[in-house]
Amino acid sequence: MSVSLETTYLGLKLSSPLIPSASPLSKSLDTVKALEEIGAGAIVLYSLFEEDIEKEALHLERSLTIGSESFAEALSYVPEIPGLRIGPEYYLDHLRRIKETVAIPVIASLNAQSPGQWIKFSKLLEQAGADALELNIYSIPCDPAMSSSDLEQKYLEIVKACRQSTKIPIAVKLSPYFTNFLSFSTELAKTGINGLVLFNRFFQPDIDLENLKVEPRITLSTENELLLRITWIGILYDRIKLDFSATGGVLSANDALKAILSGATTVQLCSALLFHGIDYLKTIKNGIIEWMEKKGYHSVESIRGILSQKNCTDPSSYERAQYVYALSVYPSPSISGLEKKKTT
Amino acid sequence: MAGVSCRTVDANEAVARIAYLLSEVIAIYPITPSSPMGEWVDKWRAERKTNLWGLLPQVVEMQSESGVAGALHGALLTGSLASTFTASQGLLLMLPNMYKMAGELLPAVFHVASRTVATHALSIFGDHSDVMAARTTGFALLCSHSVQEAGDLALVAHLSSLEASLPFLHFFDGFRTSHEINTIKQIEEGQIKELISVEAILKFRERGLNPERPLLYGSSQNPDVFFQARERANPFYLACPGIVQSVMDRVGALTGRHYKLFQYHGDPQATMVVVVMGSASETLCRVVDSLNSLGYKTGVVKVRLFSPFDQESFLKCFPPTTKIIGVLDRCKEPGSVGEPLFVQVASAILNNVAKSWFPFLDLPRVIGGRYGLSSKEFTPAMAKAVFDHLSKEDPKGSFTVGIEDDLTQSSIAVDESFTLENKTLYEAVFYGLGSDGTVSANKNTIKIIGENVGLFAQGYFVYDSKKSGSLTISHLRFGTSPIAAPYLIEKPDFVGCHQFEFLFKYDILKGIKNGGILLVNSPFSPDETWDKIPREVQQKLLSERIQFFVIDAYKLAKDCGLGSRINTIMQVAFFELTALIPIDEALDYLREHIRSSYGYRGEEVVRKNFEALEKALKALCRVKPDGKSLGSVPLLPPVSEEAPEYVKSVIGEMIALRGDRLPVSAFSPFGAFPTATSQWEKRKISLDVPLWEPSLCIQCGKCVIACPHAVLRAKVYDPTFVEKAPEGFLKADGRYPEWDGLFYTIAISEADCTGCGICVDVCPAFDKYSPGKKAIQMISRRELFTKTKESLFEYFQRIPDVEKEKIDFGSVRQVALLPPLFEFPGACAGCGETPYLKLLSQLFGDRLLIANATGCSSIYGGNLPTTPWAKDKDGRGPAWANSLFEDNAEFGLGFRLGLDAIGQWARKLLVQFGESGWVDKNLVQELINVEEKTTKEYSDQRKRINFLKERLEALKFPESKILLTAADYLTKKSVWIVGGDGWAYDIGLGGLIHVLALNFDVNILVLDTEVYSNTGGQASKATPRGAVAKFATSGKSTPKMDLALMAISLGNVYVASVSIGADEEHTLSAFTEADAFEGPSLILAYSHCIAHGIDMAKAMHHQKSVVGAGRWPIFRYNPKGYPDGKRLKLDWDKQTSDFEKSELMENRFRMLFLSDPERAEELLALAISDCRNHLDSYKRIG
Repeated sequence: MSVSLETTYLGLKLSSPLIPSASPLSKSLDTVKALEEIGAGAIVLYSLFEEDIEKEALHLERSLTIGSESFAEALSYVPEIPGLRIGPEYYLDHLRRIKETVAIPVIASLNAQSPGQWIKFSKLLEQAGADALELNIYSIPCDPAMSSSDLEQKYLEIVKACRQSTKIPIAVKLSPYFTNFLSFSTELAKTGINGLVLFNRFFQPDIDLENLKVEPRITLSTENELLLRITWIGILYDRIKLDFSATGGVLSANDALKAILSGATTVQLCSALLFHGIDYLKTIKNGIIEWMEKKGYHSVESIRGILSQKNCTDPSSYERAQYVYALSVYPSPSISGLEKKKTT
Repeated sequence: MAGVSCRTVDANEAVARIAYLLSEVIAIYPITPSSPMGEWVDKWRAERKTNLWGLLPQVVEMQSESGVAGALHGALLTGSLASTFTASQGLLLMLPNMYKMAGELLPAVFHVASRTVATHALSIFGDHSDVMAARTTGFALLCSHSVQEAGDLALVAHLSSLEASLPFLHFFDGFRTSHEINTIKQIEEGQIKELISVEAILKFRERGLNPERPLLYGSSQNPDVFFQARERANPFYLACPGIVQSVMDRVGALTGRHYKLFQYHGDPQATMVVVVMGSASETLCRVVDSLNSLGYKTGVVKVRLFSPFDQESFLKCFPPTTKIIGVLDRCKEPGSVGEPLFVQVASAILNNVAKSWFPFLDLPRVIGGRYGLSSKEFTPAMAKAVFDHLSKEDPKGSFTVGIEDDLTQSSIAVDESFTLENKTLYEAVFYGLGSDGTVSANKNTIKIIGENVGLFAQGYFVYDSKKSGSLTISHLRFGTSPIAAPYLIEKPDFVGCHQFEFLFKYDILKGIKNGGILLVNSPFSPDETWDKIPREVQQKLLSERIQFFVIDAYKLAKDCGLGSRINTIMQVAFFELTALIPIDEALDYLREHIRSSYGYRGEEVVRKNFEALEKALKALCRVKPDGKSLGSVPLLPPVSEEAPEYVKSVIGEMIALRGDRLPVSAFSPFGAFPTATSQWEKRKISLDVPLWEPSLCIQCGKCVIACPHAVLRAKVYDPTFVEKAPEGFLKADGRYPEWDGLFYTIAISEADCTGCGICVDVCPAFDKYSPGKKAIQMISRRELFTKTKESLFEYFQRIPDVEKEKIDFGSVRQVALLPPLFEFPGACAGCGETPYLKLLSQLFGDRLLIANATGCSSIYGGNLPTTPWAKDKDGRGPAWANSLFEDNAEFGLGFRLGLDAIGQWARKLLVQFGESGWVDKNLVQELINVEEKTTKEYSDQRKRINFLKERLEALKFPESKILLTAADYLTKKSVWIVGGDGWAYDIGLGGLIHVLALNFDVNILVLDTEVYSNTGGQASKATPRGAVAKFATSGKSTPKMDLALMAISLGNVYVASVSIGADEEHTLSAFTEADAFEGPSLILAYSHCIAHGIDMAKAMHHQKSVVGAGRWPIFRYNPKGYPDGKRLKLDWDKQTSDFEKSELMENRFRMLFLSDPERAEELLALAISDCRNHLDSYKRIG
């Protein structure tokens, strides 16, 4: 029995729902090419961060001017380099080269600061050949004067501005930290975007107990993180007419299948590929096929959302009331751990 | 002229452009002041600009100038067009090959920014001593007198060399012309094509080496033929002047700029004529015009082709009425009858006196004189003084002008009140700091006005000798006609004082015109400023009716996120006040400049500058002194009143910018200078200084060890000193169990701090309830002009140090207590080299001799006015000397040989004294045989020597005096040979390896910054693969040479690789082991540098990542083996940080990722493999 993994995400035809997510995986042309060969349906490029561009510019400015025009023997310490570019050019060039290298859709990821820069960079990414945009909107709100609705309004303005200034499909990558995610997603859908990528993971501060320092830290995702994605994709699926991409916690074929069954059109992979190597994408792909064959499904399109909140037999299982029950049946390690060991 | 483009450039750029267009092979090596020419051609090559024939010239950096000359010689013998750029010692290193090139009539072209040859001292500045040292090589010597000429005559040199089949040395005054920016008319490529003779090129090619038609060059000849064969070149030299003149004529016809081999300017019936070469000729021309307008009969002959010297053309350019000729040479040849130009002129006259065409009515008298050595100013007043001197009844010869020779009375009197009428439209002088962007702003202003407004512009910049907090003085002229004024501005219309404290240190209003403008960057409001400035300045502002404006540029720059870069702000204020162009127009140009200059550095930088530009106009305020009274604020003395007399009367004058007035007798005839002088130059250059928090300090000593400027000092001391301490003196209970009951203080000499922040970075101690607060933190220095903090440091200095013999040299915290005998160097803020030198001085300073290669360390170590090498309480300290760049290992070996010889002599005398019974035999035996390894042993030996001296003094024999002078050599001296990687890996490599192989007891310390730091960051063989550096603009493609492995391969050398930021204790071990090793030792010391493009405040931590990533393995190798049987101790062989991440923290690597990412990735992968290979090699040694 042949199984079709083809799917349509953001209006783009993909050969499979597996997408390497915005990560260092897309920094090397060879890696991107290999990912295409082993079955990636599309690739999301690492994010273009406006903040990084600014920092780079200021660092360069300091480096070029330090010590210059101070001492007669050395009026500068750095040569003038032809082709030195600060700004999005390096990213845009990389995007162009990837477009020339692979046939799968290439989705550019963007994180800017001011609305004007979101528009400017969106246009540049479109012009450079991106098949779609993934707007990676996130900032830690530290201004006590900004209300939740102000924040949501700010996000909506950014999305609207990007939508109006470009023609290519747009997905918005979000964190789960919204008071009423369903309501906010509904507003986002009204802007004319094509999909939501759920959920973003961030560098978060960690504390160095030895040196009493706060340092940013990122860890690879765990399968536990998948449950939050499944929850919200399951709730949103078929209520909001958008495509959903699950990102964070998809570490195996089973995880990918769970996300798809909850309603994800695509699943994004990063930690699994960083941990196991990029060939692991093939393992996941084969696992999906194997499961579908075993269960007698023909295509991923046909299984998408069959266990979403709307479609599952017990919609309330997606809601909070079930939490108490889930906790009450969770085995205590002091008892069940020992018990389990004995029985296995 | 139609179609002629005006450009505002310096001579280095104008000349390099011509050389690039007309060369196929260019070999380069950095040397001031010619380095920018090499940098230009390297840049154009990287940009893939083509030469006149549409091809990319080969541009290659060699290991030394002698290497350059060899490469050029080879290239020329294949028939290719080859050129180079050099100066001073560089030219001298080329001399052997220059004879060869001339002997083979090869059309090489050397462009020389002429510079003083080092004699009693090094000087980077300009005179003709280098060029004149090359006059016997057979090269044609062609001199340019201005920026315009330099561009034009560079072309004449290239064309003439081909047509005359002779090598040409084209020269112009270093700095005065090479670095002067002026508006010039540029010869276009099309015009050059019209001028170049293809036939001459083909003819030259025909005699190139080619196996298809083989020839042999460089034969060895015998007495039978050498002489004749040498004379065979004569026709070429005879024809050369005519060819040069014809080329000049062709260039003139095409450009309208007509040049003669010898150009006369002045009265056609002049009786007094001065002959001169170089930029001074322009000054003399203006003075001649001025004098002649008063009825004098004067003239000047400008010499362009010094060799081959066309005597007939030369003599015929004089007015027949000439009665006396003054010849000015910009060099000195001690012992000669006169300097080279004088000899040339006098000989030409005597040679031709009987010729029918001899032009003079009477045989003129010829008087020679010297001027302008090492870029000494040659002012109109000095030029006039020469004519005044010539007009005397019996003018002395071999005179000097511009100095006061109170010893041999060679100098002539100068009437300093003489000035020329100002023909330029506007003259402005700016006093700034190197770091505040003043010079950049002024260079930009010149470009704006010179290339857009239709005015002519000139800029010349004077820098001081420090690399941090350096004073810059910019001289800008603007005019409606070309500006020929190669001397500093004497009567400015405008003075910009970009640092408030300069008002207290320098006479910045010197010569300002009545009604002129003073603009001051003041931290005070207009109302407050008046009361804050010195009384002398107030008086002059009133008496000269000066318009006084202030702007708080630092505040504005900070508000706009520009840090200390006040260039844009001060530039706007200048344009607004001078109204040279309408302000709106000026702002448009400035915006355009900001976009073009900073655009590629990102939008944010552009935006910040735009913001500053908009706000600057509003921040500019006028201070009206009406009704205000004179204050009582005094000027600051250059040095403390407590300084020794020599420091006050000589060094202090240099600090106050009055060094020009010091007479000849003020200096040592031997070139020697006292040490320990930097302590008197309190520069107060940093607004941010460290503050020590005793309650948090763990007394680890890391900050003291790391401070590059020896500003932080630590002591443990007796409680009695606390009782006498002045108020505000900080202290803590000592945490040294070995010295229980003592107090501990870290004192900070704020007046010497550069504000680098290294101390804060290395401090591991913090407040456990507020972890952001460290035991050392930076604060704003509030007391700009008070002495409170200085007196606290002075009190600290008076507290006795712990005795050296009690210090454990393996303990960082104890070594930190040793007084540094290297203090307050003028090195860059946060320098990576100086902590090693300071440590060296702490450990062995009282018995240390240092041979220092030319480079950064010789500049901050030996550049006047003050030098950092200091003395201990007994007056002992490092004895330091610099010879050259290339010979340092050999020079230091000479120290060892000399010391050993004198030591041998001393021991022999001592034995004789012992045998004669004049000195106790046991003492003799002890003095000769005792081992000196520990500090205690050194101390004991000193005591024995002192005892011996006392005995000898008591003896009163004539022989005892002889032994008395030699007694100090009975204790072992530590010889250290110090230099950078440019010396060790390139120009001095041969000597370094040879000295190591000779097996004498010398220590070589390589301060490896992985570039030629002193000349601005050119690549050396120490530059790692993938790093961008000058002369490796596309990223260095080859790996860093493994000098350590080379030394290890010799089998007799102690070798260590250290990084003080990564591991202080390891560095200590390496230094003490090297000193104790009886034989040669080599220490490679990782030295971060501003050329790396790192956050200098965190440079020491960055060193940890460099070592941790495997980029700089630290190890010690003892060929005699360690107690455990191993010879090599790889002291950090685990990769603890990411290689790529570590490299990308440095701009030198990042830049390649930003410009050519694919190449960057490729080189990064290779660099990782390089490091792995190096590490594997060391592991195999075991």
